[in-house]
Amino acid sequence: MTDTVLKLNDVTMQFGGVVAVNNLSMHVDRGEIVAIIGPNGAGKTTAFNVITGVYAPTNGSVEFCGKTVISNCPQGKMRKLYAGENIGSYDQIVRKTPDRITKLGIARTFQNIRLFKSLTVFENVLIARHMNIRANLFAAAFMLNRQEDQKMRRETDELLNILDLYDVRDEISSSLPYGKQRRLEIARALATEPSLLLLDEPAAGMNPQETNELTGFIHRLKEEFHLTVLMIEHHMNLVMEISDRIYVLDFGKLIAAGTPEKIQNDQRVIDAYLGVAEDEQ
Amino acid sequence: MKTLDKKTNYILSAVFAGLVVAILVFMDSDRAAYSYPLAILQRSAIYAVVAVAMNLLTGFTGLFSLGQAGFMAIGAYTVAILTIPVAQRPAVYYINGIAEPLAEASAPLWAALILGGLLAAFMGFLIGYPVLRLKSDYLAIATLGFSEIIRAFIAAPMLDKVTNGSYGLKSIPGFPSTLMVFLVAALCIFLMILVIRSSYGRAFKAIREDEIAAESMGINLFKHKQMAFVISCFFTGISGGMLAVFMRSIDSKTFQIGLTYDILLIVVLGGIGSITGSILGSFLMTAGREWLRFFDDPLVIGGFSVPLFRSGFRMVIFSLILMTVVLYYRKGLLGNREFSWNGIYAFLQRLVQKGKHKKGGKEAKSHD
Repeated sequence: MTDTVLKLNDVTMQFGGVVAVNNLSMHVDRGEIVAIIGPNGAGKTTAFNVITGVYAPTNGSVEFCGKTVISNCPQGKMRKLYAGENIGSYDQIVRKTPDRITKLGIARTFQNIRLFKSLTVFENVLIARHMNIRANLFAAAFMLNRQEDQKMRRETDELLNILDLYDVRDEISSSLPYGKQRRLEIARALATEPSLLLLDEPAAGMNPQETNELTGFIHRLKEEFHLTVLMIEHHMNLVMEISDRIYVLDFGKLIAAGTPEKIQNDQRVIDAYLGVAEDEQ
Repeated sequence: MKTLDKKTNYILSAVFAGLVVAILVFMDSDRAAYSYPLAILQRSAIYAVVAVAMNLLTGFTGLFSLGQAGFMAIGAYTVAILTIPVAQRPAVYYINGIAEPLAEASAPLWAALILGGLLAAFMGFLIGYPVLRLKSDYLAIATLGFSEIIRAFIAAPMLDKVTNGSYGLKSIPGFPSTLMVFLVAALCIFLMILVIRSSYGRAFKAIREDEIAAESMGINLFKHKQMAFVISCFFTGISGGMLAVFMRSIDSKTFQIGLTYDILLIVVLGGIGSITGSILGSFLMTAGREWLRFFDDPLVIGGFSVPLFRSGFRMVIFSLILMTVVLYYRKGLLGNREFSWNGIYAFLQRLVQKGKHKKGGKEAKSHD
């Protein structure tokens, strides 16, 4: 029996008249590395934003470790505008803010790096440790939680060591080279102790060598932190090499799903990426 | 570059603090002679508290709020009502009379200050619910509006028996000594520094840097914004109370928008995100306005009366200086750095080296 970590049920995200994600159902099992691919504007990042609670989906639900964490149905104006399917199947409304989702164990990185730019590498990771703080404001201000504070700092240093960022510990994060900024973003996400890690284009802007190293890096993290990984990526070599399964989106719709070999030979995927010749249509 | 060790740092700080205390005690011993500089120093210290409180919001949490005057008014009126001697109250409220429960209510200064802070914080807590959902400029406008609403409430005829309406409150006993003003101000600023350096302070900074990233790091945006806002309001209220005690008579016009802009100016001048910058800024601003007073007096050189030297001209000069500062120090005097003896030391070293360099250059030339 497989253990499903993340499950999306008929998720539809509609902005005004634009359906960004259309009736997307997918699942990620524990210990898997799953990739979402698709041409630009296919709705991949929107799907991430729905999973992490940045957007409330127009319709559909998201389950994490068997519990419904997000569920919504068209409301208000959207009831008339709604262009998706499965209306009426999700009448339960569950909305969690991104911080609650993170606390449940879903961490993410961003497509366009979003570090705390003017803070140091150490502080960037330390802030992610704040979420589990037990001391209240007064105790923290008067340094009554010294033990807890030291534990936070120690764990941060350990994490920086594992991710080979310890030597740049005290540098301002925006001064790091691009590859290290990406790695720091991953370190920061890991500091929230996730069981599911969402990577939004981790190889974007990296050179071929860095991209090659990334494969081993992600595998290492997966083993070391017992992670399940869901990633969006455009580098096909990386995707084919690393993923256990792949979902392909085009114009918000799921057009194919399966193992890398299956996806590589899927005619619809080839059409979506290369386009269909006029006379074939 | 050589830096100073920890011990030297402590010694320098201690010497500086000792010097300040000594000067204050000396000036306090002859209040009549030094009343003018003492007033400037007291006002500066009070402004420093509210400037740091504003910086906690604007510089460290990234929330641009313009409600300072309103929260100061709450603190000021609380302190004034509780500290005016009971015997003098009929004289203060001679037109409208005083509300029954307040006629006998009084509290020592420290309790009144804390209560003023708490009331301002509570008001901030309530106002925070609607306004903290707004961002940047909208937040500024909303807090500005609320600040004016608070002021309008205080001046409202319905509250005449409490706030004495447009007649204001007089006969507030002043501070026993300047040193006390400085001690209270230092304590407030110290507490705010503790908050900023705690884990919560780091969370505030994360919100300033990137709200979306902060939220995805498990930081509850609204809760932390609310926290920063309430803390800032608390200390703003205390500084308002101190201002009331300093001025000894207040009315609702004291707390107009102009007061908020003064504070904003201090924060921008000192550097958004720098505590020591705000402190430095408040002293420079308050003192600067007074130093420039000679521009207001007519100036006659050799029988020729220089034009423009008339009352109000100092504000023109003051604005010009401010513009220069903002143009050349775009991030304020200290930017987001903090004042440190090391900084001063490094600066001096650079000066010395520059001097040597110039000399060296000249010598080299003369050899040719």
